[in-house]
Amino acid sequence: MKLYDYVLSPSCYKVRLMAALAGVKLEIRPVDFHPGAEHRGTELLALNPAGSIPILEEGDLILTESAAMLAYLAAKAAPEWLGSGAPEEAARIQQWLSFAHRLTASLGGARLHEMLLRPGDIGALQAQGIAALRELEAGLVEQGLRGMRFLASDQPTVADIACFPYVALAPDGGIPLDPYPAIRLWSRAIRGLDNFIEMPGIHRLHELRPEPHVEPGEV
Amino acid sequence: MMQDAMVDEWYPVGLFSQLDVNGRKTALMGEPIEVALDAEDRAKVTCGDGRTLPVCVRYGHVWSSLGKPQKDLFAIPEADQPGRRLVDVGVIRVRCSPLRAVENFLDIAHFPFVHTDILGAEPHTEVEDYKVEIRQQEDEVWATQVKFYQPKAAKSASGGITTEYMYRVPAPTCSVLYKTCPPRPCEWDVITLFVQPLAEDLCDVWPWMALFDDVTPMTDLIHFQQTIFLQDRSILENQIPRLLPLDPGMEIPTRADLTSVAYRRWLKRHNYTYGAQLVAQ
Repeated sequence: MKLYDYVLSPSCYKVRLMAALAGVKLEIRPVDFHPGAEHRGTELLALNPAGSIPILEEGDLILTESAAMLAYLAAKAAPEWLGSGAPEEAARIQQWLSFAHRLTASLGGARLHEMLLRPGDIGALQAQGIAALRELEAGLVEQGLRGMRFLASDQPTVADIACFPYVALAPDGGIPLDPYPAIRLWSRAIRGLDNFIEMPGIHRLHELRPEPHVEPGEV
Repeated sequence: MMQDAMVDEWYPVGLFSQLDVNGRKTALMGEPIEVALDAEDRAKVTCGDGRTLPVCVRYGHVWSSLGKPQKDLFAIPEADQPGRRLVDVGVIRVRCSPLRAVENFLDIAHFPFVHTDILGAEPHTEVEDYKVEIRQQEDEVWATQVKFYQPKAAKSASGGITTEYMYRVPAPTCSVLYKTCPPRPCEWDVITLFVQPLAEDLCDVWPWMALFDDVTPMTDLIHFQQTIFLQDRSILENQIPRLLPLDPGMEIPTRADLTSVAYRRWLKRHNYTYGAQLVAQ
């Protein structure tokens, strides 16, 4: 399975992360997105006329939407990531998968503007990003009231992976995550998953070391 | 007009390979500037007030200055050595003082914590003694005999090695790093950080490299260096105070910070204070 990949792209990272969590080995084909703009070159436009990355290729199958890639990886190697199939859970997964496009447009747009000097109305991008973060925060709080730690269930699903990268990288676009405690707990739960991998700007949990052992009566 | 001596220094303002006649609007030390190709395919830099600014093209980048540079841009003799791959890594904007970006580049102690499993790893956190001097003749800061254990020091490194480094600061917002070259032990890889000061707390960073590595594809070399720098970026944007303090105040340097101490002393000696905090708070 070949992934046309840019190491700093949150959408590409979704696919790398899902593959790592599902135990799928990817063949990585690095794309010179910045500064080379290779994704707008003839070779990649032939694969994906939209001119975006990631692109996932296996045999005749060419996927250009990251949500489809997450679904494909999960269906192949880790079907539990597609949820239990219960109607409400299935609907929530689809709801958040679609919602993820708003995160890409707002938080992702702000990040590209602030970091790689892409054009855009930074005030509007940040305002839309904050609105999306508030909606996500509210969704996670409501899930917490239902006794669930993740967006659609008490287990992580493809919906969490679709939303996590742009949210975790919001500070790159000048949007702090301090006001969102539920998002920070959720981010911690995702970063604590077995086989989690990081990307620049998303750190692993350094603090996951054994607890100090204190003998009774010592203190 | 600012009184800072930094006004007469050279600064990177763009990749030469990406210039066109339409020009690119950017800024230098608070002044709007435009960088473009002229009719003869030469780089031209124009200030917002209409002045044509000094220009030179070197190390893949266009360099300019708001003032009158007293000397040529610093030399990197290795850049002209045959067989090296010259890597334009591309611009990354950071909301920090340009001097802080350079200082972070000079620091080794953060490797295991920020560049985990690439440039450092716990428990190999010790910074051994190294030598630091301000070379009078060249008027540059140099750190030599810097050694550090690295799990994956370069794209061309196959496993963990103890890497040797030399650091050099030839200009207030530029640093050149010489580093053990895994495929050619008798040579140094050259990795630079060229910083364009947009404002006192905002900069565009243009990393550039001259490496001996005939194997790794160019895109992989670019991605490796962008990965490293993006790990630094989130740290840099959270440093307090935003400006680099030149007077001892709240910060207590340790032996591992000798290069930073010399850099700050050198900045102060030259009145290079754009992006610096002069009075301890």
